[in-house]
Amino acid sequence: MLDIKNLHAKVLTREILRGISLQVNAGEVHAIMGPNGSGKSTLAQVLAGRDGYDVTGEVLYEGKNLLAMSPEERAVAGVFLAFQYPVEIPGVGNLYFIRTALNAIRKQRGLEEFDAIDFLALAKERMKLVEMDPSFMTRSVNEGFSGGEKKRNEIFQMAILEPKLAILDETDSGLDIDALRVVASGVNALRSKDRAMLVITHYQRLLDYIVPDRVHVLANGRIVRSGTKDLALELEKHGYTDIEQQQQLAARPSPVPGGAL
Amino acid sequence: MKAQAEVREFTNREYKYGFVTDLETDVVPRGLNEDVIRLISAKKNEPEWMLDGRLKAYRHWLTLEEPRWQNVHYRPIDYQDIIYYSAPKPKTAGPKSLDEVDPEVVAMFNKLGISLAEQERLSGIAVDAIVDSVSVGTTFKKKLAEVGVIFCSFSEAVQDHPDLVKKYLGSVVPYTDNYFATLNSAVFTDGSFCFVPKGVRCPMELSTYFRINAADTGQFERTLIVAEDGAYVSYLEGCTAPIRDKNQLHAAVVELVALEGAQIKYSTVQNWYPGDKEGRGGIYNFVTKRGKCAGARSKISWTQVETGSAITWKYPSVILQGDNSVGEFYSVALTNNRQQADTGTKMIHIGKNTRSTILSKGISAGRGQNTYRGLVKILKSASGARNHTQCDSLLLGDQCGAHTFPYIEVKNPTAQVEHEASTSKIGEDQLFYCRQRGIRQEEAVSMIVNGFCREVFKELPMEFAVEAQKLLGVSLEGCVG
Repeated sequence: MLDIKNLHAKVLTREILRGISLQVNAGEVHAIMGPNGSGKSTLAQVLAGRDGYDVTGEVLYEGKNLLAMSPEERAVAGVFLAFQYPVEIPGVGNLYFIRTALNAIRKQRGLEEFDAIDFLALAKERMKLVEMDPSFMTRSVNEGFSGGEKKRNEIFQMAILEPKLAILDETDSGLDIDALRVVASGVNALRSKDRAMLVITHYQRLLDYIVPDRVHVLANGRIVRSGTKDLALELEKHGYTDIEQQQQLAARPSPVPGGAL
Repeated sequence: MKAQAEVREFTNREYKYGFVTDLETDVVPRGLNEDVIRLISAKKNEPEWMLDGRLKAYRHWLTLEEPRWQNVHYRPIDYQDIIYYSAPKPKTAGPKSLDEVDPEVVAMFNKLGISLAEQERLSGIAVDAIVDSVSVGTTFKKKLAEVGVIFCSFSEAVQDHPDLVKKYLGSVVPYTDNYFATLNSAVFTDGSFCFVPKGVRCPMELSTYFRINAADTGQFERTLIVAEDGAYVSYLEGCTAPIRDKNQLHAAVVELVALEGAQIKYSTVQNWYPGDKEGRGGIYNFVTKRGKCAGARSKISWTQVETGSAITWKYPSVILQGDNSVGEFYSVALTNNRQQADTGTKMIHIGKNTRSTILSKGISAGRGQNTYRGLVKILKSASGARNHTQCDSLLLGDQCGAHTFPYIEVKNPTAQVEHEASTSKIGEDQLFYCRQRGIRQEEAVSMIVNGFCREVFKELPMEFAVEAQKLLGVSLEGCVG
């Protein structure tokens, strides 16, 4: 479903992604782990089509060139990003917002739009997945939501939009253990053989709840190790320091004879 | 950046009311002097006291200097280069009924989405239609008269209800008030008059639709609304003008009088031609609007959505004279391209326990400059007075400006005055969030801006609120740069 080949991303002169290659098949959940500043969130943003990055390399999504598509085209094609920091939009009702989004996508796909009543029924059903209080629906998008409420809202939106490729960017950050459990069970309920997920996280603990098929470790903009879920446990034990040190050793230029004064 | 380019494109949409209708018009010679004023007065067959009032105002105006304190910039206005009276010529002589309105005029209003045919109006809004200097027709007059409500053009009111006009004209905005109000007092040509007698709740919304059509004319209209004890009226005002290279002056005066327990709700959707992207042409909208809560427990609400005009200069205000009276001001002002707005309100608290609320939403886009200017004045007599002011500014792009000048004068220690202000920028983050969810940039900008204005829109009558939302979308074209 997703085929990333030698993906590079720069902001001004700073290179953040330095040649990422990754394949994700439908039905698979891949975890991307790594220390702060390793490029995890940049990868998520670049895949979703955020402006401001100088991107090279190739990303095929269902055989199409993803990088050539606008963010809204990607959404229509089924790409969803659960934001690390969901954005507040004052005065715009949460339910209105997500209905507008769903209908915009459906319209582009040539499907019939939902009217307010049918949509309400759908929303009520999907809200249960993340144990959201119905009062959130009439409040403005993310305005005055707690950290946990914002993250639940992201998963709720994902449940409404039913993407093919879901990218969860640090959906666990800022969550207490109960909220984490709720969010994770919402995500698990959305796992399906047609849907791929990229779960980005700093900590192993999320992966206790959302068990990945593959785990990749990102450091300095490259995938330095890939493995099964056991890799996450190993990281939990030893931390990222070992990996980073190996990375730095590898990155150091070899001494040139006679080069030093 | 690409996103910005798209927003810019979005904010560059066309003004769709910019057409000109070819009407045969009756005009007075260009320029201003006592003869022109006498001519206007004679054309309107006015009584002596009206002419005297006009001349008094004119002579006072000659002693005044054009104000310069407002935060807007424009080349000096040549008052001798303006035509002060222009009226579509009636095709038939004598008193006209709605059926006799020139079909060209009816067609023009149809094009603007305003029907002058009573039977076609589903919404039950009575309309006074004003083209250039005169009223061309008022709908539902008879039906309103059945409950005692007088709704007619100002010229008719002078003929048919001179005592009421004499009693209230200038009682809220005296002819000496300010430069443009004084000019208006000298040369005003028409406008709407509304009188709701004691205890009557006006059974439908009343509205005036202002249309400037002729070139080089100024529009100087006068609106007077009086609600007697316990009466209620909701009044709407809309305006448009053709696209022209030259600036046109619109200097109106609106006076509201609310007696004991009366309520007046006045809503405006102002969409005068704003000028082009380079700032050529457009209306100078220099307007004085003021209401007086003369009686105890009376209430006046101003709601305005200002999206048009090259320059907007207006401060719909409330004098809270009666004890326990209430004043409200809800405003959305949008400036795009080279538009400038200096707008706000004055709340003058005189009576005891008077309350006022100010909610101002300024949106600046393109190279637009948006200024909120407000005065909250609590006099010594106004014990227990309260005011809450909230001013929010939203910036789209980095070439526009938002300015806030709140003035607060409190002479009574028991008063409570609160002021909140915020400025925010429509964020790349917000736009990206919407787009990631599949909402196109253009729709996202419109959604975010409408969200920002929601608290004001909900004060508008339903039909107007929908129109205002659409208008905002259209007016925002080309804003982030």
